[in-house]
Amino acid sequence: MNADTAKRVLLVIRHSPYGSSLARASLDAALAAAAFEQPINLLFIGDGVLQLLPEQDAAAIGLRNHARTLASLPLYNIDSVYVERAAADRYHIDLALAPLVVLPLDSHEIHQFMCQHDHLLGF
Amino acid sequence: MIYSLLVLSSHVSGHGALTAAGFARSAIARGHSIRRVFFLDAGSCAGSSTAVFPQDEADRLQPWLALAEDHKVELVLCISSALKHGMLDSTEAQRYEKNAPTVHPAFIVSGLGQLVDATAESDRIVTFGG
Repeated sequence: MNADTAKRVLLVIRHSPYGSSLARASLDAALAAAAFEQPINLLFIGDGVLQLLPEQDAAAIGLRNHARTLASLPLYNIDSVYVERAAADRYHIDLALAPLVVLPLDSHEIHQFMCQHDHLLGF
Repeated sequence: MIYSLLVLSSHVSGHGALTAAGFARSAIARGHSIRRVFFLDAGSCAGSSTAVFPQDEADRLQPWLALAEDHKVELVLCISSALKHGMLDSTEAQRYEKNAPTVHPAFIVSGLGQLVDATAESDRIVTFGG
């Protein structure tokens, strides 16, 4: 797999962080792609924006802090992620406090953004 | 066209896993090929050789076995998901000193690199569940 022929992959993340293990699975997939130096983007839509809440403490339910894993993405050259602006607004999430750099997209931009990728994987 | 499938949903909840197997069969019937089926998260339970289903419900394992036998479709369970769900092949059962393997031999237990590889080598990836 070399970078020239690599497919552009977008993870479309739309579930809350701790209701299921999907959020964790999506980050595992992102880290795997990054480890193989494949271009990958993450887009948080709908309930998925809750993964970007700054204050997360999962100790009481025996799980890893999801925000902390998100914050580690720049170590794997995933420097920023994308978010549905309307969903972030709906949940009153202050994106300036998110665990990593977040780029908000309006709904018409989301469509264009999706079209720029070869594969969409839905989580 | 070359397809790969990402199966996230559990074989015992909803219809995602069964629909995925049906999609694979239909795609092959129309002349497409399935590069790989990658089972992640709850999807990894699809490889269970020990699950027992009620007689009036569909057998969830058989459609995958048929795809593997009839069309050599590669079935890969994500190893970290599989271990958490108790899906152990004989190597992992020995490694973790468990009584017996629980994964059907038609399935391979491997890493997420197999999903990355599938995205690189396929024209389309279709996600089921999630």
